[in-house]
Amino acid sequence: MSLADALHLAFMQRALAAGLLIAVMAGMLGVFVVQRRLSFLGAGLAHAAFGGMGLGAFVIVSSGLLASGIGLLRHPLWIAVPFSLLAALGIAWVRERTQLSSDTAIGVFFAVSVALGVLFFSIIPPDVNLGLSLMDLLFGSILSVTQPDLLVIAGVAAVALAFLVGAWGSLGYATFDDELARTDGVRGRLLEVLLFACAALVITVSAVVVGIILMAAYLVIPAASARLLARSLWQMTVLSVGLAVISTLLGLALSYLVDVPSGSTIVLTQAVLFLVAAALSRSVRGSPA
Amino acid sequence: MRALAEGGAPALHLHRVGVRLGEAQVLEDVSFEVAPGCFLAVVGPNGAGKSTLVKVALGLLTPQRGHAALFGEVAGAHPERIGYVPQLKTFDRTFPASAMELVATGLRRRWPARVTRMERDLARAALSRVGAERLARRQLARLSGGELQRAYLARALVRRPSLVLLDEPATGVDYLAEHDLYDLLERYQADTGATVVMVTHDLAAARFHADRVLVLNRRVHGFGPPDEVLCEPCLEAAFGHHGHHHALAF
Repeated sequence: MSLADALHLAFMQRALAAGLLIAVMAGMLGVFVVQRRLSFLGAGLAHAAFGGMGLGAFVIVSSGLLASGIGLLRHPLWIAVPFSLLAALGIAWVRERTQLSSDTAIGVFFAVSVALGVLFFSIIPPDVNLGLSLMDLLFGSILSVTQPDLLVIAGVAAVALAFLVGAWGSLGYATFDDELARTDGVRGRLLEVLLFACAALVITVSAVVVGIILMAAYLVIPAASARLLARSLWQMTVLSVGLAVISTLLGLALSYLVDVPSGSTIVLTQAVLFLVAAALSRSVRGSPA
Repeated sequence: MRALAEGGAPALHLHRVGVRLGEAQVLEDVSFEVAPGCFLAVVGPNGAGKSTLVKVALGLLTPQRGHAALFGEVAGAHPERIGYVPQLKTFDRTFPASAMELVATGLRRRWPARVTRMERDLARAALSRVGAERLARRQLARLSGGELQRAYLARALVRRPSLVLLDEPATGVDYLAEHDLYDLLERYQADTGATVVMVTHDLAAARFHADRVLVLNRRVHGFGPPDEVLCEPCLEAAFGHHGHHHALAF
């Protein structure tokens, strides 16, 4: 079946829609993650999502919700999202209230979340069918996105993009210089907490599609490539979203044509675009960033 | 000190301000007031609480004791009336931005996605005022310390503030650029009648450019005209050792 024919298939259309929504969210969010030097945050929150999924799966199995007819309650996401939000707020709190650096704060939550995830998944009987395998969670399964998954992703995209677009100017100002922005009435600390919460939300719902291990790359590589080419924050934002969308389309098409896992193909496409951006950066910007 | 504007409140008034950060008492019982149109230099050794005082004046830090007011209103209530020039060390040089965009933040108080024509005209005029119009399209990462300082000063002045607050503006700036900076401040002050409050390590600059000097080391050790305050006993009390006349022999 040709690629054009495949695009008429419902699962391919859902994969494309989910991939594009994640690309736009991750591309825009990534600008602030990269520029605030929080690249490790993506990895930390993705692994927090793993812990949350483990806890969610355990709760669903042990409480009998798996047998209920309510689809959403049978998905560990409804526990993973608040779990990741708590982890994000915990990281923000540790950064604010202690002298620990971001990477140390994130590292603590990273390790605890993975330990919890492994613990909970290990005590779920192996014959229980969650409709979500550990491999899907780790490496993603964009082609198996269901209609309810897509609705959840679209809902999160609406919330995340409303925040990122609405607060772009304030976030940009606080990212440039938090103190200067606060002198102009920008509530930098509140914005940072909201940014972390937004990242937790986006990463958790996207991790089911792209995979926990690859999600951090999704958040960082397009924005880092854009940074190499951009001369303004606005250019960086547009380029980051554009590169995330292009790499999703190309990666999805290549994975279908070559029959390889889509999540890794998308991230490898992002890596190729990053190399191209690095090669072009000197001529576009005049010198390395 | 120049007289208070008729019926007007002081440009800056601190009353018995005390600030504790963690275990350290950074400011203690600090009281002074600055009349509109005054040029105040704040001097003191490292760790004296000078930058904390600036944060209190900007409304970024609420003192545990006492209060701070700008033009009769609580500090931080009217950010549009203040032009703030931060220490250069807070700047992230990897941020993709032009000098024009930085100056535009002074007008919009948000980071601009696109600079409008009106903002561009005002930003160019502000850059021109500080002799830096040619820097408008340059990336901030490529500016020297002196050029960056001018861009920050243009940002502070673009909204024609009634009070200009500068936190060690001469750090990382060469001798000529430093003197240009003081000239620009004095010219702005003469044109607009604005108040200038400048934290500095440079006692000579305080003596020659300010009409009031605050000697600070946690407490106020002297406040008044430079000739009265920048004397050996007062400086010794704040700095804790002799030899400050070398710094003043300019």
